[in-house]
Amino acid sequence: MKKTAPAKVTHALRVNGETQEVSFLPHRTLLEVLREDMGLTGTKHGCELGECGTCTVLVDGEPVLSCLALALELAGKEITTVEGLARPQGPHPLQSRFAELNAAQCGYCTPGFLLAAKSLLDREPEPDRETIRRELSGNLCRCTGYLKIFEAVEMAAEDLRRG
Amino acid sequence: MASYRIIGKSPTKVDGLAKCTGQTRFADDLSLPRMLFCKLHRSDVPHARILRVDTSEAEAMPGVVAVLTGKELPTPFGILPVSEDEHALCIDRVRFVGDPVAAVAALDEDTAFEAMRRIRVEYEPLPPIFDPADAIANATPPMHDYGDDGNVHKRVSMEFGDVARALEEADLVLEDICFFEGNTHLPMEQHASLAMPEADGRLTIWSSTQTPHYLHKAASKVLGIPPSRLRVVACPNGGGFGGKSDPFNHEIVVLKLAQKTGRPVKITLTREEVFYCHRGRHPVLMRSRMGLRKDGTIAGLHFESLLDGGAYGSYGVASTYYTGALQTVTYKVPVYRFDGVRCFTNKPPCGPKRGHGTPQPRFALEVQIDKAAEKLGIDPADFRLRNLQPPNSVTANWLQINTIGLRKCIEAVVEASGWRARRKKLGRGNGLGLACSSYITGAGLPIYWNKMPHSSVMVKLDRGGGVTAYCGATDIGQGSDTVLASCVAEILGVDLLDVRVCVADTDLTPVDLGSYSSRVTLMMGNAAIQAAERARDLVARAAAEKLEVPAARVVLADNRVFDAEDPEGKWMSFAQAVVCAEATHGTVATAGSYTPPQSPGRYRGAGVGPTPTYSYSACVVEISADEETGTITPRKIWIAHDIGQAINRNLAIGQVEGGVYMGLGEALMEEMAYRPRRQGVHKIPSLLEYKSPTSMEMPDVETILIEDPDDRGPFGAKEVGQGPLLPVMPAVANALFDALGVRVDQVPITPELVIEALSREDRRAGPRSYPDLRAGKPVRIRTPEEGGDGYEVDQERKQKQKRREERAKA
Repeated sequence: MKKTAPAKVTHALRVNGETQEVSFLPHRTLLEVLREDMGLTGTKHGCELGECGTCTVLVDGEPVLSCLALALELAGKEITTVEGLARPQGPHPLQSRFAELNAAQCGYCTPGFLLAAKSLLDREPEPDRETIRRELSGNLCRCTGYLKIFEAVEMAAEDLRRG
Repeated sequence: MASYRIIGKSPTKVDGLAKCTGQTRFADDLSLPRMLFCKLHRSDVPHARILRVDTSEAEAMPGVVAVLTGKELPTPFGILPVSEDEHALCIDRVRFVGDPVAAVAALDEDTAFEAMRRIRVEYEPLPPIFDPADAIANATPPMHDYGDDGNVHKRVSMEFGDVARALEEADLVLEDICFFEGNTHLPMEQHASLAMPEADGRLTIWSSTQTPHYLHKAASKVLGIPPSRLRVVACPNGGGFGGKSDPFNHEIVVLKLAQKTGRPVKITLTREEVFYCHRGRHPVLMRSRMGLRKDGTIAGLHFESLLDGGAYGSYGVASTYYTGALQTVTYKVPVYRFDGVRCFTNKPPCGPKRGHGTPQPRFALEVQIDKAAEKLGIDPADFRLRNLQPPNSVTANWLQINTIGLRKCIEAVVEASGWRARRKKLGRGNGLGLACSSYITGAGLPIYWNKMPHSSVMVKLDRGGGVTAYCGATDIGQGSDTVLASCVAEILGVDLLDVRVCVADTDLTPVDLGSYSSRVTLMMGNAAIQAAERARDLVARAAAEKLEVPAARVVLADNRVFDAEDPEGKWMSFAQAVVCAEATHGTVATAGSYTPPQSPGRYRGAGVGPTPTYSYSACVVEISADEETGTITPRKIWIAHDIGQAINRNLAIGQVEGGVYMGLGEALMEEMAYRPRRQGVHKIPSLLEYKSPTSMEMPDVETILIEDPDDRGPFGAKEVGQGPLLPVMPAVANALFDALGVRVDQVPITPELVIEALSREDRRAGPRSYPDLRAGKPVRIRTPEEGGDGYEVDQERKQKQKRREERAKA
């Protein structure tokens, strides 16, 4: 079997509000392009099969499993990773509350949870506990038992409502 | 009670924001220029001789830089000196589906993967063994050239006092057979390692390991390079739970490939490979015979365990002892016998998972106690309170108990859950179950025998007032970096953020044995206090001179150094005081160390079980159980944990909640399942199909910390990382009995088992027989109450003889 190495493609990706020309192999997932071609290692992976939610990023505000998304198809879309979550005045309330409550123990699943939670709060500023449970059920965490994560999301929601 | 500025409070952990902003660098987040990518070729057969490994096609592939086989790494290794039975790459035998045989390093990951697939291995199949009963029945061919007999890795048999007589004289003897299925850690981070060669021949590895010190030892031995030329850095672990505590094949392989190619080499395991690394909970079949007196006290206990070890030794010898060690530390067991057997099977190796070898027997014991209480007509909470092991005592198997907060734990959960009013009254299908547990706060002995400290900390003060604390401990998410900073900051009177921690680096930090056995807070904490106190004394002496007050009156707090009798008049900033100290003494850099106290047990096997102090937990679980579907839904959990003193309250509660969560997963769904008829392949090596609780399954947990400082812990602290997992599984089983009147003596308690129990006449599901393990005569040790001296009975005579001879000489 002879294979010629596929040629890289170059696309303008808009990540965390900045547009960058990025060259990558056309079969690469968004996860791989973010981590390996752009050096944005804040996005983690737990399975690379779309099972654990660890690699969740936002594409045009919607949570997407970056391990299942082709970077090629996302040119022109607004991609948000954990590196783009902080605001000029400081960390996003979700980040502050996760840190403060120890909702990030090992912290490995945290970026995925933060972005899934951000998407939830953008849609629903005052979610109840059951909604939070349901909306975050695609993200696995092995350290916390989820309870501090629920609390952190509730507190961040309140922070955001207060402005 | 002492008042602290930081200890016992809940400041944000020192690495908290870094973990929420994407700044924390896990091993796979690292990359280096010219880095190669490594893949392992793993066995697809469970047991075979390797006849030939053909790497020619892989080597010929463009982009492949190096291929490695086991011949280049002939030195065996393993975490325990008594079972160094692993090779970085199998040389002449594979022992499970997933055992690595060869490795490639290539310019990119895709090429490495393709080259790995093109490696051809010719095997001569050997009969595989998939369960311990088969291992005992089939001694040949033995999987290893060591072990106690055939495919039995380890046999243990010990008797403390006359158990047969105690059972004979008991008013009631319960015999129960239980099975605890194996399960795995499932850390969210897949193991990753990056090795880097230096021009002068030195090597560095960054890895997701909980035990950089042991990796340092194993890798330098296998590579044949002096430890001084190898640097091991443990990155923050994306979860460990025991699964990153062994030195691993892939770690040694990337080091060798880096050495061979002169380039950095990285490997990141796939999720499937993480399942093959395993080292998780041993499947254990258990038989427990408990003698009881009419008054509801325990007369004696005979406990047997049969462990399915998987393909290699790993921590297995210790695991075997642990299935028999801690039965005595919660309730008074006057005489005790333990028989344990660990077998080799052709499956991924089992090892230490959170609770290491003790959750299985704890399940058996706590369920049996529930049955005993029922039989004797005593409330299960009262039964336990009646049998509590007293504080400052020595158990029948010679374990030294220091403080014990179990009474308070039981009372707290009984009160919080409304146990007295609600048990047996929730209506059919709803129930409450209670269970207790205990765990070690650090293993009393190191993995390899030595007299050196188990943990050391260095503290260095900067002229600007900054403090750096150095320690070999690894933060695996439990918060050890924060515990280190907290202990040092408390003593030096500075802010938590004034302390920079430098950890888990064999070149830069003094040794800490690793993040296992719940040892870090106590051992590192005590070392940190000693180091910080020594630095504080230097600062206080210099400041005292400058302030013209006696050194004993100098206080360090709130970033100030002041006279206790004139805090506003005579003071200077901490930074100014450091300048004074440095001017007087030179650079202020101190060290502290910790070695656990000696345990009274002297018999062979007495090394497993001792600890500076035991933690205790009690737990009540409320469930609903559906008679139609067999589904169990946890409704609420109350758990009280005797922590001595919380170092950081939020972190401690996080450990309790995380332990409860993981316990629920083990109780209800998690299992390592294999297909014996399909070459023993793992049935479900993925995060989706290996069922673990999601946010939808997690009930509310009410955590109660029982704080009664223990003089052996730093500021009085005991462990919290593992203990709170233990009571959850038996509490669920006991709640099921309250809900439906059935017993499932098996974990996980699946809907199928619940339905089976409901359909059986004896209202019970679980194993029904225990194989004849041909246990020999147990080693006899007299209990403290019988006037023993901690040695085996025949050793006792030898010791007495020795003492007589010594006296005669004198």
